[in-house]
Amino acid sequence: MQFCAASVQLAPFKGRIEENLNRIAEAALRCSEEGAELVVFPETITTGYFLEGGVAELSMTSQELVERLHRALKSCAGNKTFQKDLDIILGFYEEEDGIFYNSGAHINFQKGNPALLHVHKKFFLPTYGVFDEERFVARGKKIQTYPTRFGPFAILICEDVWHSISATIAALKGAEVIAVLAASPVRGVSSTKYDNLERYERMLRAIGEEHGVWVINSMLVGFEGGKGFCGGSIIVDPFGKIRAQGPLAEEFILIADIDLDEIPVARQQFPALADLRSVLDNIIEQFQECEMQC
Amino acid sequence: MLEVSRLPIIRARKTDPESDENLRINPELVTDFLVRFLRDECIRRRGVSRAVVGVSGGVDSSVTTCLCVRAFGAENVFAFRLPYKTSSPESLTHAQMLIEMLGVPSRTIEITPMADGYLQNAEPDADPRRIGNVCARCRMVILFDQSMKLHALPIGTSNKTERMFGYFTWHADDAPPINPLGDLFKTQVYKLARYLGVPKLILEKPPSADLVVGQTTEGDWGISIPVADRILALLLLGYREKQIVRKGFREEDVRIVKRMVDSTHWKRKMPTVAMISTSAIGEYYLRPVDY
Repeated sequence: MQFCAASVQLAPFKGRIEENLNRIAEAALRCSEEGAELVVFPETITTGYFLEGGVAELSMTSQELVERLHRALKSCAGNKTFQKDLDIILGFYEEEDGIFYNSGAHINFQKGNPALLHVHKKFFLPTYGVFDEERFVARGKKIQTYPTRFGPFAILICEDVWHSISATIAALKGAEVIAVLAASPVRGVSSTKYDNLERYERMLRAIGEEHGVWVINSMLVGFEGGKGFCGGSIIVDPFGKIRAQGPLAEEFILIADIDLDEIPVARQQFPALADLRSVLDNIIEQFQECEMQC
Repeated sequence: MLEVSRLPIIRARKTDPESDENLRINPELVTDFLVRFLRDECIRRRGVSRAVVGVSGGVDSSVTTCLCVRAFGAENVFAFRLPYKTSSPESLTHAQMLIEMLGVPSRTIEITPMADGYLQNAEPDADPRRIGNVCARCRMVILFDQSMKLHALPIGTSNKTERMFGYFTWHADDAPPINPLGDLFKTQVYKLARYLGVPKLILEKPPSADLVVGQTTEGDWGISIPVADRILALLLLGYREKQIVRKGFREEDVRIVKRMVDSTHWKRKMPTVAMISTSAIGEYYLRPVDY
């Protein structure tokens, strides 16, 4: 299976959902014209990341997101049904039963008609330093893999990938492509890139390399109250190599061909995932021991 | 095979108190970031593409002005020299040197009549510290008024070291709504200044608040700026005083830095408001500045 994917680095307007959805729609259609069948946008792209108490005012249900994005796409396409099949993954603040989440949604548009394939609720919520997520949103409970027309996918959001266990769970559950949505404020300026971006590169390459999966990462850019988001989105192949990388801090579109047939080649060269599967029972025991010691 | 007694040894480096490892910056990357910050905060968010800067002839305001010129263009950066009668003439000359180097429009407004309208008439016995505070507040009155007149934003020049030490006048130097240097230690500002081409005379003179003749920042603090910054950086990274002393720093120097930080938390906060509800601003009602 081969397909063409795009990762879009965008700077949202704080709290202006309609404007942001219109820009998302415009960018998605532009990517589609360039041949992309899947377009990945950053974490919280509909509103901006730092909302504090504004989360409650600017969250929406996943169904509402689907409807509003559909409207924006139709409007952007000149009210004509856009014919090409298009998948969009994007981050948004979600409301579900009066509880708020930092989520990522995967929506498939087939002949213009939307279908919500999956919503991932951010599992690890940073609540330290500049971050205060757990005060305003609830934790997701699961890391899941879901089927798409391209193959099995998983979504992880920002700090989810700072814990190597998240991608390990996704890979064990069968994900072949992991979409990583992030909003990472610049921290550390001693090198040629921002320190936190260098760490992202190390982590995302390690995920691809260890599990033999494709990683499509989309990073937020722009400033929010002095905090500048780093950009530098990357697409990593199952050998851990960076296939494409966006510039620091600029709005940008990255496009790459994703060949899932490279996965068995990578996993044959380094069968870490098979190795892990074979000792999973024992590892679960180890985890249970850790839990008892906590 | 080598005899074990002849095996070469590689020993990990010990912490060097003379090292600026925790203060390292890539000036090119920082400049790019701060120029984007200025453009984003001023133009994209507030729709204002002009800046007002009070130029003192020191390193901080020089770097700030250089960054503003890169962000908005020289013709959109308005430099103000605002001397008081006791200000050093050298400061005024250095400020002029920077203004000419950058080709920015400028104006000199003496604040002596304004400050002395209060001080000489009502408080002739005020000590230099009070005079300094009055001058700092007078300067902000002018910079804010000029920014309104010129449809510009006043840009702050405070660095992280002086903000952490409370070495500024509350609601004066810290008042401008935009501050590009506030997360850079003083030694990092120097590195940036060298990269941006700030004149040598400004870089090489001892920093001073220029409130009293002969005053220097290091004299006021009782510690050299490089040592203060190295200790401050470690404290802010979470190291305890004892750990910092173990790294080779003098106990007395660590104590000076810790005391200046601990005694000035209030200066880095908004006014203390009595809370009587569950919708108190900044306690319950939390919205980011750009919301």
